Formats: sequence, C-alpha cells, structure tokens
Amino acid sequence: MVHQYKLNGYNIVLDTASGSVHTVDEVAYDIIAMYKSHSQEDIVAEIMKKYGHLDDVNEGEIVECIEDIRSLEAAGKLFSTDMYESLATNYKNNSKVVKALCLHVAHTCNLNCSYCFASQGKYQGDRALMSFEVGKRALDFLMENSGTRRNLEVDFFGGEPSLNFDVVKRLVEYAREVEGARGKNFRFTYTTNGMILTDEMIEFLNKECHNVVLSLDGRKEVNDHFRVDYTGKGSYDTIVPNFKKLVDSRGGKGYYVRGTYTHNNVDFTNDIFHMADLGFTELSMEPVVCPPGDPYALTEEDLPKLFEQYEILAKEMIKRKREGRPFTFYHYMLDLKHGPCIYKRITGCGSGTEYMAVTPWGDLYPCHQFVGDDKYLLGNIFDGIKNTEVQDEFRSCNAYAREECKGCWAQLYCSGGCAANSYHATGSIGGVYKYGCELFKKRMECAVMLQIADNEE
Amino acid sequence: MKRINTVETKDIAKTANNGGCGECQTSCQSACKTSCGVANQQCENQNK
Repeated sequence: MVHQYKLNGYNIVLDTASGSVHTVDEVAYDIIAMYKSHSQEDIVAEIMKKYGHLDDVNEGEIVECIEDIRSLEAAGKLFSTDMYESLATNYKNNSKVVKALCLHVAHTCNLNCSYCFASQGKYQGDRALMSFEVGKRALDFLMENSGTRRNLEVDFFGGEPSLNFDVVKRLVEYAREVEGARGKNFRFTYTTNGMILTDEMIEFLNKECHNVVLSLDGRKEVNDHFRVDYTGKGSYDTIVPNFKKLVDSRGGKGYYVRGTYTHNNVDFTNDIFHMADLGFTELSMEPVVCPPGDPYALTEEDLPKLFEQYEILAKEMIKRKREGRPFTFYHYMLDLKHGPCIYKRITGCGSGTEYMAVTPWGDLYPCHQFVGDDKYLLGNIFDGIKNTEVQDEFRSCNAYAREECKGCWAQLYCSGGCAANSYHATGSIGGVYKYGCELFKKRMECAVMLQIADNEE
Repeated sequence: MKRINTVETKDIAKTANNGGCGECQTSCQSACKTSCGVANQQCENQNK
C-alpha cells in the first residue's frame, strides 16, 4: 500500500509493504496519486494542465517520471504487495516462548493519582507486596518458558516498586547469579514515581537496570493536578530533584521520563518541552487511558489540537537538534535502516503470549492493563497457563486480525494496536480503539518526517 | 531520479527470510505501557 502526505514542507510517499520511504516534488506526488487509476495519457494531460506553466514540466519530463515510478514498482519499492498475513499466524502459533514479564512487586502506591489505570496501584483489589519467593518463582518461570531466547525482560512495576525495594534487589541478585549458567541475559526495567528514591536505590538502579521509566507529567501545575500524595500534596518538588540525580549519574544508560496527558493539558508539548528544559533528553508522553465519561478523558474536539501538537513537537525537535540541544521522543524513534523485521511488525505486542504480568501472589495476566480482571486470569507461575482459551485469543491478535485494519497504511507500524486499548474502547481485544489509531498514525507521519529531515542535515 | 528521492530503508520483504529471532524488546515494555507501536523497536538479530 502507498500512503502519501505532506508535512513540514516535505511531500512524503510511504510504500508500507516494503518499508520504503520516498520524498518527491509536487509533480511526482500527483503522478504517484494517479498512477494506479489513470492511463499514462490521462496522467500526462492532467499534469500538463496543472503544472504545464512551469519551465521544467513538459510531456517528456512527465513520461520520464512515470518510468521512474514504474522502475520503483518493479524493484518492489512502490506499490509492493503485502504477502505477510500467513507469516503472522504461523509465527505466533509456532512460538510458545515467554520472554518478558511485568512483575507487580507492589500493589500499593505512595501517590494517589486519580487518573491511575491501576486504581492507585491496587488494581481493583487489595494492597499487597510480592514476596521474594513468588518473585524468584516468576524469574524461574520465565527462564523455563523462554526456550532459546537469550534476552529476557523483566519490568519491576506497581503501584510503586520502591515500596518493596528489598525484594527487587534480591530478585536482581538472584537473576544475576543464574543467568550466565542458563544462557540468559536479564534486562531489567524499573518504573517509578520517584517519591522515595534514595541515593542507594539510585546507585543500584543505575548499575542493574537496562532502563528506568520515571513518571512525570511535565509542568509543575500539570503534574501536581493528578500526581499527588494521600494528603493531596503535589509530587513535582520531590520527584524532579530525585529524577535529576538519577539521570545525572546514569552514565548514558537508557531511561525515559514518561508522562500522561489528558483533556486538561491538550497542549502537552509544553510539558514535553518543560521536561527537556529540565535537562531530560529521553522523553515519552502518552494519552490517558480512562473511560470516555471521565472529566479528563480526551474528546473528539481535542483530536485536531492533538494532531497539531504532534507536528509542533516534531518541528521543535528539529529546531533543538540544530541548536545542539536535542531530545528524543519515544514514539518518534524510528530507525528506518535497522528497525524491526516483518515478524515483529505483524505479530503485535506479544501480550498474553510472550509477555505477561505477574501479580504479587503469582497470578498471570496477559499484560499489566488486564490485572484484576478475572476474565483474563491466565493461570499462575506455579502451575502455568490454564486458561488456554484466553491465551489463544491473544495469540490470534496480529496486524491482520482486525477487519478495520485492512486497508490501513499504518498496519505494519502498529501491528494491530494495543489489546488493552481495544478492550477498554470496544469490550473486545479484537476491536479497534479508533481514537488511538488516529493519534498513532499522526505520530508515525511525524516520525517519518523527522527521519527525512535528519537525513538532510 | 529527478523528482523522486528514495530514503535508505531496511527492505522489510527480505526480513521474511532471516527475521523472527525474537530477541527484540517487547513492544510496550520499554516506555509507553499504554499503547502499542512496533515500528520504533530496535532489531537485535545478530545475523541480520
């Protein structure tokens, strides 16, 4: 499929099945748009009518451009055919490995954010901490079920994992003890609100964690609207110094300062720029996940404003890079030359199959967003997967599983989207969260444009 | 080509033959936790 769009002065043409990206002039842009539906004679006539007054446009030039398009088509770089659907089904049916776990080491939190999808860390249940024994068994479960996969990911998640830090430390120590002998490489991620990060914790996280995710919503007044403690006091003044200390001593290792935007801060780029101005360079900002009736839920009226925001963000990133003060934005981190293979692009996020969430008592759910929903309880780390019906439902999720995705140019960029978002929006993981699709497509358009601009520098 | 500039990209079709090692990061484990995108993931295939 070919997708054409204009952004920031670029005429961009994507050939989605091959992953090819072209920048073209106005004439070629219009010819490509007509190429499949018009005869050569009609194209020449139409283009002459529109551009014939220009010095470099004549019939010979137009035919030459059509021949260029034809040669790109023959080379599989334009109008290429997507023949990957069977690969998606076969790959997921044949792959039974688990390679990532989200360990809910603390179903409790020292913040009381009303927008939290995890209901202040409790996930609609009781407060609980994971014991070392349960965590150790989860790591063993991962190693036992990871087949020949070497890289295993474990995210310490909550609630707030710092409320159970001793167990986190012991689990990392255990993993480091056994990973070599078992041919594995654990990559730990730690997601924290930053409220009680001590120097000792920071040192440990910077030594052991492949990635840390630091929750901050941006400007003080925005952050402190939702991210408050149980007395109602905002967290900004506590967490920003802690995050700075952590990042300053991280030695270049991966991290994200990650925020959530809502209807209340549709101008969320100001929050991203604020994070960048604080000195953070690895940034992520996500739309809120909540029922549509919530007062802070994003609305249809917000959508055009959000589109504009993503464009503002991309343009500002280009500007700041030129000024020698670049920052990255998670969703714009495309690597056109070394990005994911077709299997990654069509098999989805892996929730419920290669990725699962583990509760403090060892239950398994398809991902952190399903924890606490009994319908989606898959089994536990002691007895394994019991609910194969639900797991099969997740196994069948891929880029081609949803009717609505057929004919969408972004299919191989999003792989069918987030199952949890689909479920919350439609009641089924096989549904489509259309609002999220619109945001995703806009982000991808901006991300590709950024790559093109980068290449020009 | 005079009017078309092709950016250097990975040939996705070719990866049908040598891809699928599965060593790459799980999509939403890294930063977002609330959406799915695969295009921004890094390939970790040692034999690519």
